[in-house]
Amino acid sequence: MTAPLLEVRHLRVEFPTRRGSLLALDDVSFEIAPGEILGVVGESGAGKSLTGASIIGLLEPPGRIASGEILLDGRRIDNLPHEAMRSIRGRQIGAIFQDPLTSLNPLYPVGRQLIETIQTHLNMSVEAARARAVALLKETGIPAAEARIDQYPHQFSGGMRQRVVIALALAAEPKLIVADEPTTALDVSIQAQIISLLKRLTKQHGAAVMLVTHDMGVIAEASDRVAVMYAGRIVEIGPVQEVIHHPAHPYTAGLMGSIPSMGKARERLLQIDGTMPRLNAIPGGCAFNPRCPHATERCRRERPDLMQAGQTRAACWLIESSPRSGA
Amino acid sequence: MTTLVQAVDLAKVFDVSAPWLNRVIEGKSRQFVHAVDGVSFSIEKGQTLALVGESGCGKSTVARLLVGLHEPTRGHVRFDGHDTQMVWNSAEGRALRRRIQMIFQDPYASLNPRWSVRDIVAEPLTEHNLVSGESRLRERVAELLHRVGLAPADMEKFPHQFSGGQRQRISIARALATEPEFLICDEPTSALDVSVQAQVLNIMKDLQRERGLTYLFISHNLAVVRHVSDAVGVMYLGRLVELADTETLFSTPRHPYTRMLLDAIPDIAMSGRARTPVQGEVPNPLNPPSGCSFHPRCPLANDRCRAERPALGNVGGVQIACHAVSEGRQ
Repeated sequence: MTAPLLEVRHLRVEFPTRRGSLLALDDVSFEIAPGEILGVVGESGAGKSLTGASIIGLLEPPGRIASGEILLDGRRIDNLPHEAMRSIRGRQIGAIFQDPLTSLNPLYPVGRQLIETIQTHLNMSVEAARARAVALLKETGIPAAEARIDQYPHQFSGGMRQRVVIALALAAEPKLIVADEPTTALDVSIQAQIISLLKRLTKQHGAAVMLVTHDMGVIAEASDRVAVMYAGRIVEIGPVQEVIHHPAHPYTAGLMGSIPSMGKARERLLQIDGTMPRLNAIPGGCAFNPRCPHATERCRRERPDLMQAGQTRAACWLIESSPRSGA
Repeated sequence: MTTLVQAVDLAKVFDVSAPWLNRVIEGKSRQFVHAVDGVSFSIEKGQTLALVGESGCGKSTVARLLVGLHEPTRGHVRFDGHDTQMVWNSAEGRALRRRIQMIFQDPYASLNPRWSVRDIVAEPLTEHNLVSGESRLRERVAELLHRVGLAPADMEKFPHQFSGGQRQRISIARALATEPEFLICDEPTSALDVSVQAQVLNIMKDLQRERGLTYLFISHNLAVVRHVSDAVGVMYLGRLVELADTETLFSTPRHPYTRMLLDAIPDIAMSGRARTPVQGEVPNPLNPPSGCSFHPRCPLANDRCRAERPALGNVGGVQIACHAVSEGRQ
């Protein structure tokens, strides 16, 4: 196995408040190999977007990294000064956000925004940068790119705008792309186009992707490995097929069962009772224990760490008490 | 089985022209959007009809026409044998409103933040004089909250104290207060997380079983639609392109647009399988394509499709508006 491109080690993110600090991310560790697509799923408030924001150095104050390290290509990037981080962002880590309308400046033509990004990171003349911008727009499947490059964001449809944002993210050939809910604001038919585009382009450019979404279907479609988050921690991580078909953590199992499937019709959906705890009321022991059908005394007392369960790793005491074959 | 709701050639045109002065000075012409353009369907008592389609296809406008929030430009809605537009304007309008209720998409926007849950759920009860006396009212509200899985003690709280899923349950409790026969649900779960979506969908199915409710379910999520509905209508640019029972539609989709939509859904069951990505985007409704409005994106389109608009017709027991299907060239 090659050296990982991105390494996140024991990341802790806190939000200090007057009534003590809230722990939003707690001991999150994972790696992304070059060219790999890692999906990150979880419900709202699980901490998936925060993980992405920590990596690109756009954590909103008062949120702060309390401990842990983030390494890109073996080099620490979580403690870099603001200016140094700016040159990494865009150049080495590209970002794609949920709403393509808010990630583009409405006052400038898309071409100017692309050219600015290219010139900031790559040493290029305006003409060369413009040619590159047109090539990028063509690559993302925008028809008549030469003409549309001088149009403003409002003249593009939602799907076309997201293509422009992808072109922006790829502009400086970054090694890693953090895509935070890139298809959530789009219609299903457009969503499929964007996913396949993202997959194809990142493969061609050899970029790794951290794909944050709450849509398990998108993850299944696009990613190689998946991390499932719950209440600020990774509860399960492994190859996507394994996690979907043989989930080791009861939360993952519940999440899979609650998704209505196109394949088979069921009378009732599997339902996880209750909701995810708030940050100021995370239960002791395993955070999932109040909603878990298999919770034991130990789950209420001790917090499990990720442990090997077959081909995936999950944070659940059940694995220790009943080792699965191959573990 | 009896038909409870029937839409006949329903149409709604919105005037989106520039203001009068601009038209006079700048010579701009009047512009109209045909949001819904001749939609007909019927729903049997106790059944669920789902309407699906991409944004802007007119599904929410249909919902609003059915509850009487918009007046149809053409066509009419029949509820239990009566023309609703006539009834809304007559003395029986109030009685009819009691029988038809709606659940909206965004549980954050559809509940008044300054009202307690008790006030929210009790409003339809007092408005329709269904319950009198404070203690009886509280009893009934408690009963409704209990039915959707909330605690009676929750009635003193305000909407901001609840999560999205719990708020949607409050909306359902409010809609159920008048014991309606017909519920219109406009994207009731799209603002919710999947595990919470499962809770809400299960409640809706249980209620249908217990009370024989009839649903019009609007969604863009085909997997959810497959789970809840008995029949599905697929809409494209204001028109129904396919109307079939759920099993038939999902096992043998006929219309090219339906097939394209089904192909586009990322599904965890078919992970790893390569899909044919959908071509093109929804055209501008201000300037819809000639003939069949789907022809620019359709792999089967020919000259007839570009010139002549297909009508919804019966092909092999399924309602389809497509020249290619009716001619058998597919």
